[in-house]
Amino acid sequence: MASGSAAKAVGRGSAVGRAPKWVRRFVGNRAAVAGLIGVLLVLFVSIFAPLLAPHDPAKQYFDGLTLEGFPLPPERPFWFGTDLLGRDLLSRVIYGARISLIVGVAANGVAVLIGLMVGVAAGYFRGVPETVLMRITDVMTAFPALILAIALAAILRPSLWIVALVIALVNWVWIARAVYAQVLSIGRREFVEAAGALGVGTFRTLVKHILPHLVSTLMVFGTLGISTTVLLEASLSFLGVGVQPPTPSWGGIINESQSYFLNAPWLVVFPGVSILITSLSFNLLGEGLRDALDLSERR
Amino acid sequence: MIWYLAQRLLQAVGVMLGVTVITFLLVFLLPADPARMIAGRSATPATVASIRSELGLDRPLPVQYVSYVKGLVTGKMGRSYAQKAEVTRLIRARLLPTVQLALAGIVFELLIGLPAGIMAALKRGTGVDQTVMALAFVGVSAPQFVVGLLLIYFLSYLLPIFPLGGYGTPLHVILPAITVGLAGGGWYARVTRSAMIEVLRQDYVRTARAKGVFPTKVVFKHVLKNAVLPVVALVGLDIGVFMGGIVIVESVFGWPGIGQMIWQAIQLVDIPVIMGGVIVTALFVVVGNLLADIVYPALDPRIRYS
Repeated sequence: MASGSAAKAVGRGSAVGRAPKWVRRFVGNRAAVAGLIGVLLVLFVSIFAPLLAPHDPAKQYFDGLTLEGFPLPPERPFWFGTDLLGRDLLSRVIYGARISLIVGVAANGVAVLIGLMVGVAAGYFRGVPETVLMRITDVMTAFPALILAIALAAILRPSLWIVALVIALVNWVWIARAVYAQVLSIGRREFVEAAGALGVGTFRTLVKHILPHLVSTLMVFGTLGISTTVLLEASLSFLGVGVQPPTPSWGGIINESQSYFLNAPWLVVFPGVSILITSLSFNLLGEGLRDALDLSERR
Repeated sequence: MIWYLAQRLLQAVGVMLGVTVITFLLVFLLPADPARMIAGRSATPATVASIRSELGLDRPLPVQYVSYVKGLVTGKMGRSYAQKAEVTRLIRARLLPTVQLALAGIVFELLIGLPAGIMAALKRGTGVDQTVMALAFVGVSAPQFVVGLLLIYFLSYLLPIFPLGGYGTPLHVILPAITVGLAGGGWYARVTRSAMIEVLRQDYVRTARAKGVFPTKVVFKHVLKNAVLPVVALVGLDIGVFMGGIVIVESVFGWPGIGQMIWQAIQLVDIPVIMGGVIVTALFVVVGNLLADIVYPALDPRIRYS
């Protein structure tokens, strides 16, 4: 057994040179690698937030405000300064990474799932389901996503998961369209017809013959979409209909500080840069995957 | 051509009808009871009921929908619950600021995006190209409210060049327009770059160069016309993302447009105003898409109407 696993390890080591073409192309793309590093960094910060945060993000420090009651600028022991209530901004930004990632990833996951189901159903079954689903998709694209999200979030009374759901509900349409177009072109190919002729069931055809061809599309949307959902969550929280205080979300921190930010710009800069880094990293990673997997330009 | 236009127009009307259905359903999921809100805390159930029937809210949903659409066709959107005014009048008052901001934003978007994309394509593979593309990515990924707040901090507060916000003079529109334009500019830089690269590869460009046509002339006469004009038509397709951005920017800069109106109406549960606002922004998107579909083939004769 021992020799077997050793042989496997050696085999794996030499396999780096023979890694799939797309992995090699990805590694050769500096921007894509930078994106991957950024994503891993945000992931690391959100997982180890309790260990990394120097203070309790919810605690209002007595010495966290000036004598006049104003927030402290970035200085020891509050490296990012404090907010209007004398809480440590660095710790709040670190915990904010969790909220941003949880909502961003969950929202995009649900959006990809809805988009996949709608796209496959419309593209594979054609006929009535196709007409109904794609017309609904057309109508949904006519709504400006953010405006619809604000209206929905205001109606549904936001909690963390509701915010994610709302973002997913306005974001699945692009994925549905891309999947639909692809399923249409796959459905015309011989192997799908052959599967049908051989009596392979619908479910089995979908899973065994259609789904594998969608993997790269889903990988790209699965990462690229997060850059959009992270921005949408931040925007909703900034408008006050996203994640509610006292939960520290980056957009929410900026919303709370808006009235005072001219005197305390750090309250906008640190969470703002965090949003930018997160969104940018997922964007670079997604575009890098698209190039590596050789999918044509779309938006 | 006429057949194509008629078909596209019919499609657009269909989409708008769908928009009204979804907006209507969405708004009636609201947990608040508008009749009770108008009546106030101390109102008797009888008063609430009479207000409800006055607003027509006691009728079945499909009946309410049909009468709403009938009103829309004749240009009526009902009366605001919070302000005693026709919704169409409120929207008309907000329309000009939003259109001004949108036009100024589109100008900045193109002013930023086109030169950047052209430059990157002409200097493809160099440090210039990489820098421009990196900045384009940052522009697309930057949250607009942060960009807006920082612009206010630097250009209105530290260096008091522009007003802190509000509406009125041409000076007021510049920072909001830059904020809207930056995100779109990043996108246009990328689209323009790939369109340019595509055209630079064409045989007629190589022929012009081989004939000894002056390089600047090749770029302006042969490349720009074919690459940039179609990109400009894409403005129409992008209007949905753009309108969403305007809500944020109007909020940051206190710009009295449609976005602010919807935002305030949502907080007051002013249903007719929410519905009117959402339908009008969707109309912007549908008209934008329609224009793009018509203008795009007109600018690029290789594309046929079909």
